[in-house]
Amino acid sequence: MNNLEVLKTDLARRFQVDSYGFSSAFGDNTLVVPKEDLVAVLRHLKDSQAFDFLMDVCGADYPSREKRFDVVYHLFNSKTAKRLRIKVQLSEGEAVDTATTVWKGADWFEREAYDMFGILFRGHPNLRKILTHHQFVGHPLRKDYEADRQQSCTVTLPIHFDNEPGSPGDVLNDRYIPLNIGPSHPAMHGTLRVMAELDGETIVRAACEIGYLHRCFEKMAETHPYNQVIPYTDRLNYCSAPMNNIGYCKAVERLLGVTIPPKAQAMRVVLAELSRIIDHIIAVGTGGVDLGALTAFFHLLTYREKVYNLFEKLCGSRLTVAMTRVGGMANDPPEGWFNEVLDFCKEMRGAVDEISALMLDNKIFIKRTRGVLPVSAHEAVQWGYTGPLLRASGVGLDLRKTDPYYGYDQLDFDVPVGTAGDIYDRYVCRIEEMRQSIRIVEQVCKNVPSGDYTIRDKGIVLPEKKDVYGNIEGLMNHFMLVIKGLRPPVGEVYDATEAANGELGFYLVSDGSANPYRLKVRPPCFAIYQSFPHVVKGGMLADAIATVASMNVIAGELDR
Amino acid sequence: MSTSTTPVVPGMTGTQRHDDMSRSFAFTTKLDAIVAWGRKNALWPMPYGTACCGIEMMSVMGPKYDIARFGAEVVRFSPRQADLLLVAGTITEKMAPILVRIYRQMLEPKYVISMGACASSGGFYRAYHVLQGCDKVIPVDVYVPGCPPTPEAVLDGVMLLQKMIAENKPRPWKDNWKAPDYE
Repeated sequence: MNNLEVLKTDLARRFQVDSYGFSSAFGDNTLVVPKEDLVAVLRHLKDSQAFDFLMDVCGADYPSREKRFDVVYHLFNSKTAKRLRIKVQLSEGEAVDTATTVWKGADWFEREAYDMFGILFRGHPNLRKILTHHQFVGHPLRKDYEADRQQSCTVTLPIHFDNEPGSPGDVLNDRYIPLNIGPSHPAMHGTLRVMAELDGETIVRAACEIGYLHRCFEKMAETHPYNQVIPYTDRLNYCSAPMNNIGYCKAVERLLGVTIPPKAQAMRVVLAELSRIIDHIIAVGTGGVDLGALTAFFHLLTYREKVYNLFEKLCGSRLTVAMTRVGGMANDPPEGWFNEVLDFCKEMRGAVDEISALMLDNKIFIKRTRGVLPVSAHEAVQWGYTGPLLRASGVGLDLRKTDPYYGYDQLDFDVPVGTAGDIYDRYVCRIEEMRQSIRIVEQVCKNVPSGDYTIRDKGIVLPEKKDVYGNIEGLMNHFMLVIKGLRPPVGEVYDATEAANGELGFYLVSDGSANPYRLKVRPPCFAIYQSFPHVVKGGMLADAIATVASMNVIAGELDR
Repeated sequence: MSTSTTPVVPGMTGTQRHDDMSRSFAFTTKLDAIVAWGRKNALWPMPYGTACCGIEMMSVMGPKYDIARFGAEVVRFSPRQADLLLVAGTITEKMAPILVRIYRQMLEPKYVISMGACASSGGFYRAYHVLQGCDKVIPVDVYVPGCPPTPEAVLDGVMLLQKMIAENKPRPWKDNWKAPDYE
């Protein structure tokens, strides 16, 4: 019996499964349930430990259908790496019960689905706009909203809070001090806004406002051909741009049913791990800056520059490399590139030791971070934490181990796991991960597979320039692919990679045309940051700043 | 002072052959020029890094490119203490009122560098929530192209601005700027 049948038998004991839809395509299992049963099914799947994570909730719009909206839930089992997609169909104005009663982490995802599609969630504690500004009229990801119809914003909202039941709402009383931090504030990294109500220096209530960098990634993806979406993915988590390229291309390749050659896999692993290192450099460096330690940041930036040099040699750009293509890589690395990477690894090893001594052994740093605002393993899973933050809380989930791709299972590396879930452990995990990434890069660079850097399927990959200019067949293939576009089969996939911040998921729906029909990104820091008001409640203001820094919220992928 | 002991300045003729002492501690200039010289060499930037360009801006300030060589390393996060607004990153519609407020809080003289394609024109985000260039709401002195621009390009932009300041170039875009109709 396959998984879907097991699931069906299990559900049949409790629910009227005749009206349910069970299907399996492209390796993903999908379950369509009526809206009345959704929460009960979710609760059952969670309580029976079939699935412990709610990774993503999103909407999709099919205007030609009678029930035009899909609400899509992606569940994940961290032990077996099994995934399940649950869909509920809704027509305009219909509501589905909120999943926040089962998984707290559904909170912001549902708000986003409301903002983008106007999908209503009954019983949601705070169903307000989240990404677009408050003067924005309409729901931009609906198919009938033009991608370039701008609406200007003329005022900024005053301090406001999530109106939890029993809380005094947005009304500020004279006992507490209201405090607004950001979005233009050094500790808010440019685009975050935190509003707090203080009793002395203790935070009584806090709320986040996001969306200051909502640049409509998902709408842009719907209006561009598959390969042209790659540069947009660069700008999701711009601290580790290649990882987004890889995650996106991996999803498209799964939909196409192609496997990229070993050399392309090796290049992607090297790029991904170098990106992990430089992402952690920013996270650790700015984390230090936010606590008043500038030295580590400037010191580490030297090494970031060295990685930029490697990227530049590979493809010509430093930060936003757009180096992958659907089907492989854009080009071969230059002669001796892997040896240069090995030289860098040697240097970086020393740098990690230095930074470890500078931060983790630093008395002030320890006092500011150890035991500060910890998040328990249970809470972390509830909120949908992934990546270093989840591991700092003691859950050893790493997709490179549980659901290996690109030959990670052949490589020798460890997954650092913390115990306390406090801020200190998060940095310990990040710094140790840098060491592990160096190990991975070294292993790959010493045994680079020979062969091609891309597949040569004429319907997917552009021919090389020498063929385009050199022979008629190459010219025609080039012409056809440019004019007709890369067209994956009709269907949908959810594919995830272990990015620097956690699970970076892409939910891709194809209608067989040259552009994605729907592309939803599951950004790791979105799930993490939504817990911020709850984590810092009752804490000190200075510790809240340290918490923001340790969460490594990257506005590009948070707001998209 | 007898002429025999006065040092002779080589290459000079007439009375200028003899140092008139004042040369060792004074020089003449125009007030405008010396003020401009001071301004151009002590630009205090307010980094308004919102997106990817903000990361490249860190490189501009960092050890390799080191904007300190141009006298602009004193980063101020308070607009009231800054005279150069470095808009580095996409400005969304939601962010626009905040950018205007920050700009208005800066004291004169103030300059704006728009770093990158997004800040200059919206870049490749011709999208429903992205302001199509920060010059829609604030006056911009120097546009630096790139997505993101290399640190060299940003330094080039800073040098261009310094040149504008040194020459006291007229800035009609700023003089004629009207604040957007916000509250």
